[in-house]
Amino acid sequence: MNKWLYIGKRLLLLIPTVWGCATLTFFLLKLTPGDPAVQALGPKASKQALDALRESWGLNDPLWQQYLRFLGDLCTGNLGTSYSAKAPVAELIASRLPVTLIIMVLAAVFAVVIALPLSVWVATSGNRVVTEFVRILNAVAQGWPTFFLGAILLQVFAIQLGWFPIGSVSGGVDVAALVLPSLAVAVSIAPIIVRSLTQSLQDSVNSEYVNFGKAKGLSYRKVLFGYALRNGSISAVSVLGIQVGFLVGGTLVVENVFAVPGLGQLLMDSVMKRDLPVVQTLTVVFGIIVVLVYLITDLVYGALDPRAAKRG
Amino acid sequence: MPETKKIPVAQASKDYAKIKLTGSKPRKRKHANAEIVIGCVMLGIIALMIIFAPLLTSYDPTHQSLREAMLGSSPAHLLGTDQYGRDIWARLLYGGRIDLFVAIMAVFTPLVIGTILGAVAGYFDGVVPTIIMRFADLVSSFPFYVLVIVLVFVLGNGGTSIFIAISAVSWVPYTRISRGETLILRDREFIASCKASGFSDGWVLFRHVIPNIASQGIVYAMSDIVVNLGIIVTLSYFGLGIVPPTPDWGQMMNDGQQFLAAGVYSLTVIPTIVIILISLALSFIGDGLANVLKVRR
Repeated sequence: MNKWLYIGKRLLLLIPTVWGCATLTFFLLKLTPGDPAVQALGPKASKQALDALRESWGLNDPLWQQYLRFLGDLCTGNLGTSYSAKAPVAELIASRLPVTLIIMVLAAVFAVVIALPLSVWVATSGNRVVTEFVRILNAVAQGWPTFFLGAILLQVFAIQLGWFPIGSVSGGVDVAALVLPSLAVAVSIAPIIVRSLTQSLQDSVNSEYVNFGKAKGLSYRKVLFGYALRNGSISAVSVLGIQVGFLVGGTLVVENVFAVPGLGQLLMDSVMKRDLPVVQTLTVVFGIIVVLVYLITDLVYGALDPRAAKRG
Repeated sequence: MPETKKIPVAQASKDYAKIKLTGSKPRKRKHANAEIVIGCVMLGIIALMIIFAPLLTSYDPTHQSLREAMLGSSPAHLLGTDQYGRDIWARLLYGGRIDLFVAIMAVFTPLVIGTILGAVAGYFDGVVPTIIMRFADLVSSFPFYVLVIVLVFVLGNGGTSIFIAISAVSWVPYTRISRGETLILRDREFIASCKASGFSDGWVLFRHVIPNIASQGIVYAMSDIVVNLGIIVTLSYFGLGIVPPTPDWGQMMNDGQQFLAAGVYSLTVIPTIVIILISLALSFIGDGLANVLKVRR
């Protein structure tokens, strides 16, 4: 019961954060040079048409009125109309959200699947060559631009080998088409997990409770997976949570490389077309995603480490 | 015959203690130094090649010559030419200039600002630290890429905007790191004695606190350069970054990507290799520094 109270408290704390996100976004985007009405109608539009459009978008009101209206609209879910697509922003975002979330989840899972064996290998082998090998692998994966890895995966596995369907998911979500993009994201964030997991696994392996486990006569496997890994994974979870920004960033990049219709592609499109309402709302939505992931991270953290849950 | 010096007993026992304490360390230290040397040599060679680009190639990286398009490697064009007949070797060298410069500047600025803000937030109590940390929370609740892209959207394309955008976002981790370290340091005796001696807060902060907490941020900065390089190249790749005709690695990869299907990999792979080498060099330097400075990563 206590746990639900905690979740409720955290969800309440979401409100000021989202408000902060929205405020920052609003004023940041007000600094954008250029007149959105001219952007929408083109440079040849008549003055009357421009004025009418500005009036209907409320661009002639004082800034504080625009700000209050923006907050009000955000609360009521009335997110305005896209300048370029001429569709409600809420609809555009809702139709693309699942794709982005699936890529994020898949990428996180793949990243752990990649990072876990590597970390266990390094932490248990104690071999210099293995350590160096994984370190170089890490540096290569970190330096390798995500978009280029995506492009190569697309070229080899989707186009040449034809194992996966190519991009464009029109109507309904084809998870198979999202595997390669997720993999590209996973490779870019795996090094961060490998680094912290290896460190904490090494600490666990050399710790007293692991020695005690061995002394008690538990099997190697039981000590490693039951004790060392469970404790080591705590740090990996928090790192994964903190790095969710990179997860979102990677998703944003691969969506554009693979032409997957997710939020990242929408953001890039809207930035190119200078579609203010969409950029504005998307920024807030991404902020909410990140804050929710922080919450989930804390809950998982609490489940793995009951001491933290008690403190929290 | 060498003179035997009389060493005071207290001194001798101190020296002995020193030897005992550091007895097992030297080998590890040497190894860490080797890592730093390897990394610096790798990075140094790349940096020198980029700085002295005019000496290493006689081609103009923006000069187009369609008759010489898509040539393979030859003595005239070391790495061949791209689809506009531009020399790839020249573009690689000149392209690194803006990419590396922005990447390093966009680490240096947040490092300085973030460390100072974090030290202030950790050293003092009251409203200002709360505001700093709340603002850090706010900025970090946006995904890094999203905020940088939105900032570039606001500021317009180009190296300067990217620099401002990255700096405006990436001071947060440095602030967190430096605040954490300062909170620990604040209770140490030498800080208390500084205060007791009547030094001003500003003096203690800049002369004693910041030099003691800087190392962790510096180690973090090494991997941050790689991240920045990645985002600069990515933005350019999507046409949001460095404005042509200024050569840059992201554009080179974008230009070359359409030829992947035809089996021409060199246009995209060459800049990638350079970026990976830089990433490798910085990871060597970062790990070495972490060992030498005894920083936990």
